Amino acid sequence: MSVLVRARDVRRDYPLEREAVHALRGVSLEIEKGEYLAIVGPSGCGKSSLLNLLGAIDAPTSGSIEIEGRNVGTLGDREVTEFRLRHIGFVFQRFYLLPILTARENVELPMAEAGVSAAQRRERSSELLRYVDLADRVKHRPAQLSGGEQQRVAIARALANRPSLLLADEPTGELDARTGQEIISLFSRLNADGTTVVVVTHDEGLARAARRVVHMRDGEIVHDEVPGG
Amino acid sequence: MRLVLALASLRRNRARTILAVLGVAIAAAMLLDMVMLSTGMRESFRQLLLSRGFQMRLTPRGTMPFDTEASIAAASDVTAQLRARPEVDLVSPVLGASVHVLRGDSSITTFALGVDPQAQGDYQLAEGRDATEPNTLIANDDFLRATNARVGDTLRVAAGFDPQLRTHSGERALVVSGRAKFLYLATRQLAVAIPLRTLQQMTGAAREDRVSLFMVRLRDSKKVADVTKWIRTALPTIDVISTADAMARVDERLGYFRQLSAILGAVSLVVGFLLVTTLVTVSVNERVGEIVVMRAIGVSRVHVVQQIVLEGTALSVTGAVLGTGLGLITARYLNTILSRFPGLPAAIDFFLFQPRAAWTAIGLLTACGVLAGLYPAWRAASLPLAGTLREEAVA
Repeated sequence: MSVLVRARDVRRDYPLEREAVHALRGVSLEIEKGEYLAIVGPSGCGKSSLLNLLGAIDAPTSGSIEIEGRNVGTLGDREVTEFRLRHIGFVFQRFYLLPILTARENVELPMAEAGVSAAQRRERSSELLRYVDLADRVKHRPAQLSGGEQQRVAIARALANRPSLLLADEPTGELDARTGQEIISLFSRLNADGTTVVVVTHDEGLARAARRVVHMRDGEIVHDEVPGG
Repeated sequence: MRLVLALASLRRNRARTILAVLGVAIAAAMLLDMVMLSTGMRESFRQLLLSRGFQMRLTPRGTMPFDTEASIAAASDVTAQLRARPEVDLVSPVLGASVHVLRGDSSITTFALGVDPQAQGDYQLAEGRDATEPNTLIANDDFLRATNARVGDTLRVAAGFDPQLRTHSGERALVVSGRAKFLYLATRQLAVAIPLRTLQQMTGAAREDRVSLFMVRLRDSKKVADVTKWIRTALPTIDVISTADAMARVDERLGYFRQLSAILGAVSLVVGFLLVTTLVTVSVNERVGEIVVMRAIGVSRVHVVQQIVLEGTALSVTGAVLGTGLGLITARYLNTILSRFPGLPAAIDFFLFQPRAAWTAIGLLTACGVLAGLYPAWRAASLPLAGTLREEAVA
């Protein structure tokens, strides 16, 4: 397999009033295409900071992050936004669907932004909503969906532009155990179908489902394991 | 998609959006009314002056039409001289006087215009025949109502009244031959038009062959300056008031209205601007998380700005369109009140609807909507993604 993501000695400091918070203290990491990686660790260890950097929604204070061979930390706002649109899918803990749009419209939003035609958007959104078992909920708005259903719509939205990397930040954090298990199964299926998945989680079940687990503490990777490997 | 998102965002809080649109509509109505007021009266006056095609008014030197008892002597000669000019198409001599309709021991005083019915430009006949015959008159509705007269009736009319002796002079029996709308007279002003020769005879030697005013229509409006120059040389006792001169005088007198309407219009515009800015800012603050997530999944900064600006614009345009209707209704109501202003021709509109005025109001408010959305839009699009997501997660 080829390397999809390469992070080298990544540091991220957040300036506060008197002293900077060192969220990441020199993290290096490689993720190959088709991997299913879970990042785990206690709160405040830098998991979400690392995910934000891997998703190009934040830039490192020092070090570099290459995704598909491009150093995303050096891209301008327009380029990095376009990069996120076409190469990265995001799933958030709180789903963050637009409440004013239907499930289908939410899924179509990134495609519309990418300039995909209306017919193709419709076809792709139908395909994705079928994939996440929500073919009968296309016209429902988020408020009419359960938490698990909303997260599945969010996953379909993240997959809309066929990203090479799917990032999820505590995707089961707002869900009950049974619904969380459905989402875990969905991520496993996505990875089995070829999607590279990186999840940040406290959920042991979700971490166990990953094929590689990275443990973090105090802004550093302290253990990188392949369970059963 | 951006328009869909913008409209959906506005629909999310319907009550607030409706109230904001109503607020903008009221501001738009006020703005439209002020734009109409600033230009309407002037344009209405210009249209009135040109309604019968007379570009020039000739008055006794130093006077305005009918503002004094002064008159022009040798009216027949002046008329002949004017008609002899090749540039002149029509000359309408007019004598203004007060006459008294005698009814037993009492009388009703009315304003009378002595006109040449073939050339007159003062009234439009609505019923009956024109006063082409001697000893006939044309009356307006207010006169007929006041005298209980009808077309075909004969009235005893006197041109003079001695208040000490309480006697009338220049008395004649005049037949009401028609009913007409008088163009330049104030609301509820009683008026009649009498053949010029008949009125001159009734007013006696003092008004023999005299008129108060000539209205002159030229074949080519561009010749006004040439004819004016000739009149000033050939007829030195006469003043020439061209439509342009009259408009300049009107402009002077309407300066107050224009300033007032400009100030009130600007206030309306600022109120509309602040209303839309406030609403869009509040709306953006409520959905910071959504906006940041849109940016995170790849929606460009420009498109976020466009969506939010569209919201402001949609509010403004909807309000402006509603406000146009509201403004026209209020303008009509206010016009009814102001048209009773004493001394002004009833045909003058304070609020004259001109499509340009409506487009100006809508255009200004639309521009305001765009500007009002820009600040909150740019603020939203500039939010740091990672930091805001973290704050949202903590919240």
